[in-house]
Amino acid sequence: MVMFNHKHLVSIKQLSVEDIYTILDAAESLKEISGRDIKKVPILRGKNVVLFFNEPSTRTRTSFEIAAKRLSADVVGFSTKGSSTTKGETLIDTVRNIQAMSPDLIVMRHYSSGVPYMLARKIDIGIINAGDGINEHPTQALLDLYTIREKKGRIEGLKVVIIGDIEHSRVARSEIYALTKLGAQVTLSGPPTMMPVQAESMGVQVMYHPGEAIQGQDVIILLRIQMERHSKCLFPGLREYSSFFGMNKEILKYIKEGAIIMHPGPVNRGVEASPDVMDGPFSVVLDQVANGVAVRMALLCLFMGGNRD
Amino acid sequence: MIWIKNGKVVHPDRGMVEPLDIIIDHGKISRLVPQGIFKNEGQVSRTINATGKIVVPGFIDMHVHLREPGHEYKETIATGAMAGVAGGFTALACMPNTDPVNDCRAVTEFILEQARKASLLKVYPIAAITKGQKGEELTEFGDLRQAGAVGVSDDGFCVTDSDLMRRAMEYARYHGLIVISHCEDKNLSAGGVMHEGAVSTQMGLKGIPSASEEIMIQREISLARLTGCPVHIAHVSTAGSVRSIRRAKEDGIPVTAETAPHYFSLDHTAVMGYDPNAKMNPPLRTPEDVAAIKVGLKEGVIDVIATDHAPHSSLEKDVEFDLAAFGIIGLETAVPLTLALVREGVLTLPEAIKKWTINPAAILGIGGGAIKEGDSADLTVIDSDAEYVFNIENIHSKSKNSPFIGKKLKGRNTLTMVDGRVVWERDAEHTSR
Repeated sequence: MVMFNHKHLVSIKQLSVEDIYTILDAAESLKEISGRDIKKVPILRGKNVVLFFNEPSTRTRTSFEIAAKRLSADVVGFSTKGSSTTKGETLIDTVRNIQAMSPDLIVMRHYSSGVPYMLARKIDIGIINAGDGINEHPTQALLDLYTIREKKGRIEGLKVVIIGDIEHSRVARSEIYALTKLGAQVTLSGPPTMMPVQAESMGVQVMYHPGEAIQGQDVIILLRIQMERHSKCLFPGLREYSSFFGMNKEILKYIKEGAIIMHPGPVNRGVEASPDVMDGPFSVVLDQVANGVAVRMALLCLFMGGNRD
Repeated sequence: MIWIKNGKVVHPDRGMVEPLDIIIDHGKISRLVPQGIFKNEGQVSRTINATGKIVVPGFIDMHVHLREPGHEYKETIATGAMAGVAGGFTALACMPNTDPVNDCRAVTEFILEQARKASLLKVYPIAAITKGQKGEELTEFGDLRQAGAVGVSDDGFCVTDSDLMRRAMEYARYHGLIVISHCEDKNLSAGGVMHEGAVSTQMGLKGIPSASEEIMIQREISLARLTGCPVHIAHVSTAGSVRSIRRAKEDGIPVTAETAPHYFSLDHTAVMGYDPNAKMNPPLRTPEDVAAIKVGLKEGVIDVIATDHAPHSSLEKDVEFDLAAFGIIGLETAVPLTLALVREGVLTLPEAIKKWTINPAAILGIGGGAIKEGDSADLTVIDSDAEYVFNIENIHSKSKNSPFIGKKLKGRNTLTMVDGRVVWERDAEHTSR
């Protein structure tokens, strides 16, 4: 049996290189289930997963739900809008209430960075971080690694550029930690107002101009402009953004032969990329979504003891 | 008559440590005698053996939050005073951000009345600069001064309106009140929860840039130059702030400054793991800032150490990091953290004690802070060698929000005397328990 000794998935940082490949390999063996006529196996029959989301999510939540159901786990959704403290209940109390109902795992999305760390200190059941504030989104990074490996055959030694609102992107942080850990060379690009201070401290290089940044890259990851997270004045407008930082046919002249373009979604069409780019031959956006189910199936198996017993 | 014998007496005013016996009579220091000379002929009611210990003027903390009135579940004046005497303090100056805000005579008098009832140490209220700390209208400085306020500050907020701050400084000077400024450009710091730097980037937390503090310090220095009125800068945390204050002092501008023990003991890496007890405002900065704060202390650019004791209950702290309140308690870790600076060679013992005694006393205009014949017997006896783990059970404050819990510390207060009365004793507390 494979060694996998984590109770929680809080951060990519906690995973070793071996852990990451264990997850990707497990996903690979589970992926074919989604292609079957009867898409259900009894691996997690009798197990209970709570999807606790307090921020809107379509893709991640659906992906987890489908993944759990394909493994025969029972899934319960628990959503709160905004802060639970506004109702007089603290987050810890809410989660302890969920814990009292004895689920086997909580998949958690929260608008505040670091929440999975806090909960992992306080509760006994496993937590999978499905996105915490602007900090991390480890399962997205893992499915992107899976997609990169599937398309390019490897991760080590690849050149990857991430373009867009790095500062407010939990996807970017998880991608950076995961890719650098596996030996890829990561470049960040985008407007200086959306570049976190001392970004180089994460082991990456920064090239603001996207036309220069994409040259020679094997993988181009575009990030969503998160209008909802911007307090103010990070860029003058969407028109200005798309003409200087968006991907369009013009800029694609600089792209390397065989490169892939990824986007964690949801895409603001015409902003991060023009429609012809999104629908063009470089784009692997829908493969990412499909692989998301396989990777999350693998995580549910590994974290709910499917392989630990 | 009380006899403190065989202690090493620290004179912050003269920069020396002397083995002396102290004779206390009627609340005052009546005599300082070389050791081995004084004989008890029955006139001594209590002998305190300070062999192997240091005796210092009682610590004066010019920046605490006692939370009363309004937030008594976090701290009261009585519990804050208890934490103070247990930590070696004989006087506290409390900030006005209570509910209601200390912006009028009634609140100032209430605070002093609660302090009298607690009857442990001296409490000096700092009144608000503006009504309700809203930054709009000046409070009645004259009336507040007569009621017992010793300074004015909108601590927690910065007076954004520069003209209003100018008038506050001019008017405060007339009434003999020190203006204490919490320097923060709230537009730059908006939404920030820790220092903006590599660690905030890696943790996905919104940062507070050093510039938000430094810009306002530069404004206060300009206003002090314009008006000639003294201004005291609260909780200095950055290297740039130290540079600005150093230059202002060289130019003869009447500015004084304080820092808090956490700004020379911890840096922003303490936030890793999202511990709300490492969240304060200003935030813990970089190791380079910590080094600059130490140099600032050494050179006298920073005159005072103050705790910024900010009690919060688990309701404010046991929550999402973004939502957690800023601030930590500090009264009961001040002595060991300060002695660590002395052991490190940053300050001599008298230099370190000066920042807790005569310097804040002079800035607040309350007198004292030295061990001199005829002065009030406000004294603290410290065992600088005691090593221990700082535990929640050790904390007298009503709140337990300290990043030092579980840490090994060295040096602690063993006895506190206010006006000749022993108000706290470690031995007594431990035998009575």
